[in-house]
Amino acid sequence: MLNKKNKKIDIIALFVIVALLFAVDIIAEMVAPRTSLFFSVVKKSCVYALVAVSMNLLNGFTGLFSLGQAGFMLIGAYTYAILTIPSEMRDSVYQYFDGGLVKNPIPWPLALIVAGLIAGIFAFLIGLPVLRLKSDYLAIATLGFAEIIRAFVQWDKFGPLTNGSNLLRGYPTFDSLATDWFGSPKFSSTIALAITVLCVLLIVLFINSTYGRALKAIRDDEIAAEAMGINLASHKQISFIISSFFAGIGGALLAMHQSTIQATAFKSAMTYEILLIVVVGGIGSISGSCIASFLYIAASEWWLRGLDSGSFLGIESSLFRGGFRKVVFSVIIMIIVLFFRQGIMGDKEFSLSRIIEKIKRKKKTPEKKTEKKEVVTK
Amino acid sequence: MSENILEIKDLVVSYGGIEAVKGISFDVPKGKIVTLIGANGAGKSTVLKTVSGIVKPKNASITFEGTEISGKTPDFIVSKGVTLVPEGRRVFPNLTVSENLKIGAYLRKDKKAIQKDTEHVYELFPRLKERSWQLAGTLSGGEQQMLAVGRALMSSPKLIMMDEPSLGLAPLVVQDIFSIIRQINSEGITVLLIEQNANMALKIADKAYVMETGRITKEGTGAELLADETIKEAYLGKTK
Repeated sequence: MLNKKNKKIDIIALFVIVALLFAVDIIAEMVAPRTSLFFSVVKKSCVYALVAVSMNLLNGFTGLFSLGQAGFMLIGAYTYAILTIPSEMRDSVYQYFDGGLVKNPIPWPLALIVAGLIAGIFAFLIGLPVLRLKSDYLAIATLGFAEIIRAFVQWDKFGPLTNGSNLLRGYPTFDSLATDWFGSPKFSSTIALAITVLCVLLIVLFINSTYGRALKAIRDDEIAAEAMGINLASHKQISFIISSFFAGIGGALLAMHQSTIQATAFKSAMTYEILLIVVVGGIGSISGSCIASFLYIAASEWWLRGLDSGSFLGIESSLFRGGFRKVVFSVIIMIIVLFFRQGIMGDKEFSLSRIIEKIKRKKKTPEKKTEKKEVVTK
Repeated sequence: MSENILEIKDLVVSYGGIEAVKGISFDVPKGKIVTLIGANGAGKSTVLKTVSGIVKPKNASITFEGTEISGKTPDFIVSKGVTLVPEGRRVFPNLTVSENLKIGAYLRKDKKAIQKDTEHVYELFPRLKERSWQLAGTLSGGEQQMLAVGRALMSSPKLIMMDEPSLGLAPLVVQDIFSIIRQINSEGITVLLIEQNANMALKIADKAYVMETGRITKEGTGAELLADETIKEAYLGKTK
């Protein structure tokens, strides 16, 4: 079914798709008006795609059901903001805390990496006790951690560092970076796309490495993996740390997208949104998570907007008023969950070679249906 | 007298206060096939799980080639050359056959030797080669068992422990598996085998132990136990 030649096709296809994504985004940046919601959707879906992929690394590839994503995003976002707010802004941002503890900013790419690292360090510490738990218990523990972090960040005593429950602002954003580089906020979404593509490619490389294979083995059968000499504790720990590292970077990207951040935004609802994206995209499919995050963000923030404001697809109705969008959106989600239980992609990746083979097979034996999926029961 | 590759002394294992294995001692001579037979719940699987490090013993001395391995982690024990073929096959269903084999060689770094061993496994099981790109979950039961054995061989073990390799397989397939066990053994790998299919197991065993409710009650060569009247009654289905 698969062989080395197909692998080559898929790698080339991957590069072509990435190039196409950039092309579409750059053309849109050049053509479409600045006010188009498309750019905001691209930026936000980039952020969500990265976090969803990082969550998928845990839930889909290692079989650890964790709900701490919002907590790690919060750590990442705050680390990034605290480290990059320019010195001259600090007095006004930290007005209640004498300009804050940190005085001198560091360059934003470095801050982005530090944001990931801090999230990773937290993951390491939390992982020590928490990763002994399984399934639902792990989910509850990580969810609890995310809530605790949020409360801690808002605590007054940490004010000089986190600005308490006040906003953080003034740090470099996608728009400000684009303005610095190109003279206008044009191409800000291209920056977001570039960082996300880089991070997702790193995760893909990790998943396809020997380590990644060991993680999949743990997901499939812990006892057999252990019997093959895979150290469960250390591998789960590594997966948890790497997932949180990228969630931290995702949080920092969210900060870059929003231009102000506040801890109250990182509620567990955010984790559920990401979990929803992972499930809709297909648990265990990177490409699924990326596609789903774009669809999710585009639908909830752009395409269905008319439902809230009176006219949708040219239809006018008094039903279409504030909040109706969410009703329709929920119905769509329910339909997806009912009829596409495996999500958009299932646990498969988008693969050109498989599509080619399916077409070939159809041509050869038109009366035969394409390969039946065999269901694996444990 | 031949040298023992594995020596177990006073092995006690308890699950939450209930002793599953109540202080057993036995030896596995190097290069032989040794079998442990007994009824359900006798504690056979627990013994293998303890040797492979998955279950921690309450009290034991387990030496493998002179090294104490009791209470060590499974990865240490596998790296020493002891590999378990777990009960019920337990292949990784969502990984391909070749990925399953690669996982078997996870702790090894020598790429050339791994490549050689992969080819050797494919020689032993030509069926696996045909299906090397297929997901392991789509294989038949017999093929999965072959994959489980092949996967264990990929760690280049000196001692391979098999937990009920004939479980749930058709009689013809069971014969295949047993001939493979013989072949593996003829290549110098010591085999410790657990079986409910006592007849088959005793026929190929150089040495056999009988376990009953956590204790070893009988030992001898395979042929001796096959001829033993009480064994015949208890495990081989002889009617009076």
